[in-house]
Amino acid sequence: MAMNSQGRQTRAANEMNAEVSTHTGNKALQIEEPLIFERGAEGGSGVDLPEPEGIMPRLGGQQAESAPELPGLSEPEAMRHYVRLSQKNYAIDMGIFPLGSCTMKHNPRLNEKTARMPGFSDIHPLQPESTVQGALELMDRLAGWLKELTAMPAVAMSPKAGAHGELCGMMAIKAALVARGEAGTRTRVLVPESAHGTNPATAAQCGFKVDKLPAADDGRVDLQAFKSKLGPDVAGIMVTNPNTCGLFERDIREMADAVHEAGGYFYCDGANFNAIMGKTRPGELGIDAMHINLHKTFSTPHGGGGPGSGPTVLSEALAPFAPVPFVVSDEDGFRLVETAAGEGEQAFGRMVAFHGQMGMFVRALTYMLSHGKDGLRQAAEDAVLNANYVQKRLSAEMTPAFPGTCMHEALFSDAFLKDTGVGTIDFAKAMIDEGFHPMTMYFPLVVSGAMLIEPTETESKFGLDQFCDSLLALAKEAKSGNTERFEAAPVYAPKRRLDETQAARKPVLRWQPEMAEAMAAE
Amino acid sequence: MATKYTESHEWVRMDGDVAVCGITPHAAEQLGDVVFVELPDTGRALSKGDDMAVVESVKAASDVYAPISGEVVAVNQDIVDAPEKVNESPDQDAWFVKIKPSDASELDGLMDEAAYKAHTDE
Repeated sequence: MAMNSQGRQTRAANEMNAEVSTHTGNKALQIEEPLIFERGAEGGSGVDLPEPEGIMPRLGGQQAESAPELPGLSEPEAMRHYVRLSQKNYAIDMGIFPLGSCTMKHNPRLNEKTARMPGFSDIHPLQPESTVQGALELMDRLAGWLKELTAMPAVAMSPKAGAHGELCGMMAIKAALVARGEAGTRTRVLVPESAHGTNPATAAQCGFKVDKLPAADDGRVDLQAFKSKLGPDVAGIMVTNPNTCGLFERDIREMADAVHEAGGYFYCDGANFNAIMGKTRPGELGIDAMHINLHKTFSTPHGGGGPGSGPTVLSEALAPFAPVPFVVSDEDGFRLVETAAGEGEQAFGRMVAFHGQMGMFVRALTYMLSHGKDGLRQAAEDAVLNANYVQKRLSAEMTPAFPGTCMHEALFSDAFLKDTGVGTIDFAKAMIDEGFHPMTMYFPLVVSGAMLIEPTETESKFGLDQFCDSLLALAKEAKSGNTERFEAAPVYAPKRRLDETQAARKPVLRWQPEMAEAMAAE
Repeated sequence: MATKYTESHEWVRMDGDVAVCGITPHAAEQLGDVVFVELPDTGRALSKGDDMAVVESVKAASDVYAPISGEVVAVNQDIVDAPEKVNESPDQDAWFVKIKPSDASELDGLMDEAAYKAHTDE
């Protein structure tokens, strides 16, 4: 027979469980990656170019005396650095991202394909309008869908995020009050306690005084308290619907009528539009302005994956004050109204240099067209169904913050952890060990130790069950007194629990070479 | 004079003719580690219930309300420099502001210690 001299053992000789301390500090594919400034050789570079000779600087003596302090990495080193970092990241493409109030839904790959079409991706905002008619038509089509979905006559496309859209809406309200001659007297804006922090911040930024609306016991706005706060000095209200407790504000029509009767305007925070898209239309609820987060509801990447985009729809009363630029069309095609003249005569101004997030517009319209009217409605229905499935299943061990069904997100309080020694933060950190991104913690503020879970329509029943099984097991463990893993969590994350207090009290915002030496000395 | 309490977890205690105000140990515990405190300028006129200060913890930022109307005559710079003092001694060293009351009888409308304890046990 022919002898094969390469015989080797085909199974492990020792199935030991103990931790091995490796020489590199790495654990197989979990690579210890230093900061990019701690890597590479001084003066190293990804390209090899000859020293330039005979260059006459034309910077009037302002040229730098020394080379910039850049990390000296070759191309493969730089590439590996960022790929290794990316592998430590958690993303919607890896698993459920249950952050409440964030609508972390799947970003369909079709969106990416259309956004990369050269007619959309390779154009410049200063190109002649005649050469970008397709892009302008797309903006107009998207605006048409947004107006149709919200039953509103106008939309400002340029705001670049949710809070920017809020600012747009509140500036339109301010402009309307100025036009009415009431800007000096209508100075108060009512904001529920459960609102996103950006709501009161926006109102304050626009020069309004914020007046907090208490929540009723069922987690919704206290209608009687709200009505008692209305008066001739009220500029408007800012209400999120569904609200940040995941509940539909059932009295919204009555609230709208009451604020209008009192001479104010109704701003709706559209962050949670995913729950009602295709089901009800804000214009029919009496809303005057609402931003739409394309990056949430219409599946454009966000949260580190891409920029936000917050087009803001406006009612008949506020439409004349919409900011420039906006797209109009006539027999000659599409054009942008860029100045406060003609169609834009009453525009309150301009919010951004150009036209908004074109790449997000393409992705959002792709999402709309690929889903259609019925598909968008089903997405909303599935998002609400998934949240209720999670709420129902988790209620076996966890404490729902409010009775009854929810909308797109399920809110729990920390009551089920009472006297266990485990807090919301420990529970969330243990979820990291289970391979999940934690839910939103300690928000909304009206609920003790809040845990806000928004599964979105993205998750299958299989995925939801795995998530729920894991959380139920954790809750049982916490109650059984096995709190050690919670105190230690996360055990398996690349970095263990970070000191948030120290980070806030003594923030170190810039890396300095001497820090590396100091840390090495410790 | 005994310490009085608000429903929004501020305490106030007369020291001579000025009212010393802060946040209660219960509030400090609920907030968690305090990382930032913003105090009003001295000389500012406050009405009872006005936003008087901001206290920020790792969990949340919260407004602190004036428990009594009057003029701010002193603020505690120590807690701005070392916010952890709010967790260490909320009812003594980590007072927030001293107010010269415009109407000291407003204190009568606040809770005493027993009533506040009942309020937080709810």
